Amino acid sequence: MAKGNIRNEIRFILNGRDVALSSVTPDATLLDWLRLDRSLRGTKEGCAEGDCGACTVLIGRLSATGLVYESINACIRFLGSLDGTHVVTVEHLRGEAGQLHPVQQAMVDFHGSQCGFCTPGFVMSLYGLWMKSPDPSGAAIEKALQGNLCRCTGYEAIMRAAHAISSYGKVAKDPLAAERRDITTRLQALHDGARVEIGAGGTRLVVPADADDFAAVFEKEPTATVVAGSTDVGLWVTKQMRDISPAIFIGNLPGLCTVTEDNGVISIGAGVTYTEAFSTLSKRIPALGPLFDRIGGEQVRNMGTIGGNVANGSPIGDTPPPLIALGARLTLRRGKTRRTIPLQDFFIAYGKQDRQPGEFVEAVHVPVPVKGTKFAVYKVTKRRDEDISATLGAFYLALAKDGTVADIRIAYGGMAATPKRASSVEKALLGKAWTEVTVEAAMACYASDFTPLTDMRATAEYRALAAKNLLLRFYVETTGTKAPFQVSRSEAA
Amino acid sequence: MNKHAPSNLKAEKIVGGVATDQRHDSAHKHVSGGAVYIDDMPEPAGTLHVGLGLSKVAHGVLKSVDLSAVRAAPGVVDVLTYADVPGENDVSPSNMHDDPVLAEGKVQFFGQPIFAVIAETREAARRAVRLAGIEYDELPALIDIWDLDPTRDKQVTTPLILKRGDAAAAIQAAPRRIKNRMWLGGQDHFYLEGQVSLAIPGEDDEVTVYCSTQGPSETQHLVAHTLGVPSNAVTVEVRRMGGGFGGKETQANQCAAIAAIAAKKLKRAVKVRLDRDEDMTATGKRHDFAIDYEVGFDDEGNILGVDFTYALRCGFSADLSGPVGDRALFHCDNAYFYPAVLAKSAPLYTNTVSNTAFRGFGGPQGMIGAERVIDEVAFAVGKDSLEIRKLNFYDSMEAIGARCVTPYHQKVEDCIIQRIVAELEESASYARRRREISAFNANSRFVKRGLALTPVKFGISFTKTESNQAGALVHVYADGSVHMNHGGTEMGQGLHLKVAQVVAEEFQIDLDRVKITATTTAKVPNTAPTAASSGADLNGMAAQNAARQIRQRLTDFAAERYQIPVDQVVFLPNRVRVGNQEVSFNDLVKQAYIARVQLSAAGFYKTPKIHWDRGKGQGHAFYYYAYGAACAEVSVDTLTGEYVVERADILHDCGRSLNRAIDLGQVEGGFIQGMGWLTTEELWWDDKGRLRTHAPSTYKIPLASDRPKIFNVALTDWSQAYEPTIHRSKAVGEPPLPHGMAVLHALSDAVASVADHKICPRLDAPATPERVLMAIERLKKEVKAGA
Repeated sequence: MAKGNIRNEIRFILNGRDVALSSVTPDATLLDWLRLDRSLRGTKEGCAEGDCGACTVLIGRLSATGLVYESINACIRFLGSLDGTHVVTVEHLRGEAGQLHPVQQAMVDFHGSQCGFCTPGFVMSLYGLWMKSPDPSGAAIEKALQGNLCRCTGYEAIMRAAHAISSYGKVAKDPLAAERRDITTRLQALHDGARVEIGAGGTRLVVPADADDFAAVFEKEPTATVVAGSTDVGLWVTKQMRDISPAIFIGNLPGLCTVTEDNGVISIGAGVTYTEAFSTLSKRIPALGPLFDRIGGEQVRNMGTIGGNVANGSPIGDTPPPLIALGARLTLRRGKTRRTIPLQDFFIAYGKQDRQPGEFVEAVHVPVPVKGTKFAVYKVTKRRDEDISATLGAFYLALAKDGTVADIRIAYGGMAATPKRASSVEKALLGKAWTEVTVEAAMACYASDFTPLTDMRATAEYRALAAKNLLLRFYVETTGTKAPFQVSRSEAA
Repeated sequence: MNKHAPSNLKAEKIVGGVATDQRHDSAHKHVSGGAVYIDDMPEPAGTLHVGLGLSKVAHGVLKSVDLSAVRAAPGVVDVLTYADVPGENDVSPSNMHDDPVLAEGKVQFFGQPIFAVIAETREAARRAVRLAGIEYDELPALIDIWDLDPTRDKQVTTPLILKRGDAAAAIQAAPRRIKNRMWLGGQDHFYLEGQVSLAIPGEDDEVTVYCSTQGPSETQHLVAHTLGVPSNAVTVEVRRMGGGFGGKETQANQCAAIAAIAAKKLKRAVKVRLDRDEDMTATGKRHDFAIDYEVGFDDEGNILGVDFTYALRCGFSADLSGPVGDRALFHCDNAYFYPAVLAKSAPLYTNTVSNTAFRGFGGPQGMIGAERVIDEVAFAVGKDSLEIRKLNFYDSMEAIGARCVTPYHQKVEDCIIQRIVAELEESASYARRRREISAFNANSRFVKRGLALTPVKFGISFTKTESNQAGALVHVYADGSVHMNHGGTEMGQGLHLKVAQVVAEEFQIDLDRVKITATTTAKVPNTAPTAASSGADLNGMAAQNAARQIRQRLTDFAAERYQIPVDQVVFLPNRVRVGNQEVSFNDLVKQAYIARVQLSAAGFYKTPKIHWDRGKGQGHAFYYYAYGAACAEVSVDTLTGEYVVERADILHDCGRSLNRAIDLGQVEGGFIQGMGWLTTEELWWDDKGRLRTHAPSTYKIPLASDRPKIFNVALTDWSQAYEPTIHRSKAVGEPPLPHGMAVLHALSDAVASVADHKICPRLDAPATPERVLMAIERLKKEVKAGA
């Protein structure tokens, strides 16, 4: 590791070729570059906000477990964030003799395309899934396709194709599998431990060498835009045309990408994606699994980070309420100085967090609920998957031996200007017997905790009512009723 | 596909004729990224890009428009306003002169284009747009139609009245009456490829526009109109669209006109491609409706008379709102006979984007009014809605009696809804599941299930008679390969493939010998837009006509050359039997060419029988009807209103399908799109008239995981078109969309269970989880109040 080195170009592999770019603006997106600079026009723009998936490509990167390929949205992925990766577009799939890839042939044979505009994105998402899981379940396919919109087929034909892919070819024979060693070597060679700095004046981007380097850079330039997964900042550029220079890209940054557990507390680095974080979180805190399945689409989960979801302070972020209910803490870092605070104290007001200039969220620490306590999180949306919460409630409950409430933390998103505890409701429950009567009485306290807004996602009335009812759902769930109490996709019909 | 490989001269059947399952002709290109959409075409050197400046108020006078900073911005080449439109500043498709290309003097909706920046890059154009200084004198804005008066408030075009019998008297005399009102939201098309046009200037007054349009002829005419040149100066071409659904019937014209005007002015190629947010903000959608209904019925549930007023939110201009409102009325009966009926449309002016065609074109909205009435009657008499539906069907075609006349006085001669519903009821185990669901609901405190089976009868033909014509151009080249062109456009529905199958069938040659080519106004003129489900019906016939002309010439030539009667010339697969010998198709063509036989023909078709007198509200508006039925089951969480579709079964009538694989895709896709419209797709305007659901982050179309958990779709294998349509097939574009009604009614059924099915839930659409929960709450309150 050549510490202290500065490189003035972004280097990555595009399909088979090495690419080095020395004039990259911080706001240049991968999609525009592919289409306009490289004339690779198989990757489409459908929405330019990471929602429709027509621009899906795979990004191969070296992770702790080796080379992984993940689907991402090229429309909101910045070129500057690609250093040291392998970008795979739909043009890379056809064989040398022009023959279709198994994923493509299955889509053709099962009539998986109609207008065809979304199709390359579907092919890439299915390709990513097939490499990880050659014979996936229906639920796994649906999950992998949550970030891909098709307006023609009604998806049925695509599902049939997805189920058939494994009969068209073996993953082991896939070019990306065959090239695996070679690509790994080439990517390793690209990771030279240097800081990347490109541009000057009004258009400048930095890719720090590691977390320490980031801390140093950000301390020096506290007004810089910090970009992790770009699932939020991407839209500042594509929709609002905001100037993000100078931008610091911290996705996949060494030192910010670890998930560790110590003494029942899981610590998640700010650069860890949803996908990586939840692979641990869902195992240790199973109630988080269903939530993870409903955050964004696969591409967004592969890009977005929990650190970003917390740091941007949104009142409708999906992770802060459950993390608050779990009693999570946050480590903030500025230069070499760190401080750790309860997560709930981080959110001060709308658009205002307890973060000093040059300070950044370094890690989130999540206590695993101890045995015997109850924890649940419920997301309420217009559309079940890939939607932003109308409201989201998270509940943590510890009962005393006598069946009274010994400890309770209830936190909501979408109900106030910040993620917020339902303190009056909690107060009404604390020390009381955990019965439906108590719960019903506590439900009356919601009005003093929250005055939700009406907007395009829901009216204030609906938010208030649904939020309140979530407590009843939690009660029913914790008391072990056998009757089904919520609808779910996976429940057997 | 090796074009040089010899054709199979021994085959018993050609490959790819009609009534065979063929893959989409572009499928291999779709999956490999090789299918070229307008934005993928190589751009001519020096191509300029457009950014549109949109109104920031819903209604106002343009007090001042300062574009100096826009002009001075980096990369900007020019800025266009209405003053730069050389012809008429209007793209009204209905000749109403109410649809400016660029706003002049005033703006009438939030998002209306005021100016167009032309810049070296798209990004430069988009950035420059933001520098405009526009001042408005705001005027009061009408956003919602709920509170408007359908009889007195401003309308964008003339309403339609359908009347048969004396509805008022029939309702008055009926043993029971119900009067109410329902709300039905609109829908954004959400084609994955947004609006896009690339204009390339030619010599003199000429311009070629590559445009993602469903109506190239109309785009051509309107571009010419705005340029002030004759139509012969303008060529419009489209190879394929990335989805249309009606959203590129008229809505493509504005972008095409702006691109063409800029291209002619600047003598450079100009591309307009809207960002998704701009597209959803500035282009029209499916109309939302407020439907007033009154029904008179007897204790059995027989409908005796109905009175409907369909008020529709048209937006600021007429666009296609007149015909959309008309089609709503044409479908206010769905599959039901009304002994007496009065139905009126009210195309209301609002300060919102001008609404337009969307798959079904008002028909689905019309049907939903009918189905609400059925529900009202069913709850009133305490019967299962399906019983009431069956009671009120039109007479079946085998047993036509007096109950066969529509509100527009056309006789329904081909009704097969009884058989379809009976078969679906059986295959979906409706009765058994009805019992199971009752038992389930009795034992489930929070989750309630619902079931519904809804029919569809959809009228096929443009009600604008002149649109029911089509042209095709077929060339047979000297090597026997065929070039096919017609006026229809490809937006994913497999139209080109179907028409190619028709041509292959006529010549009895394998499908891969027929080349599909881009739709262009230079080859086939004056075509109807590809809309009203008519694509294959009209263009298939026109192409068949062209192919038959050439085949006839080949037959005549062969008879003469081989000195045999014409009836001894028989087209066999890839060959022709001429008397006692067989000649390959290619050889016969070669011989015909050498003998100077014309091997090219223009085909034409016009739909027979149809006529329509709008003033009287009477006529034979539709050539035939397409039928189908859907049965859906849902689970609803009564704590949040969230739901899943447990199962859906559909039986749909495509007549003798030209290509069952394609038709199945249309039915599946149509159902899901209809379901989306009625469930999660909600358009939401704020009090300033800004559409706040203008992107997929806020506007939620169905995902793969919204599909029914069990989804059984079948086509009737016994039906055929009653009229001599192309190979007795039936149109399939729009008719499946209203099958989504089954989901709305299943949700309604689940809601009704919280009041023991005693109260009609009157669940409006879209039935978002919020609307479902609020309906549940309302019913619970009514039960409490009644207890």
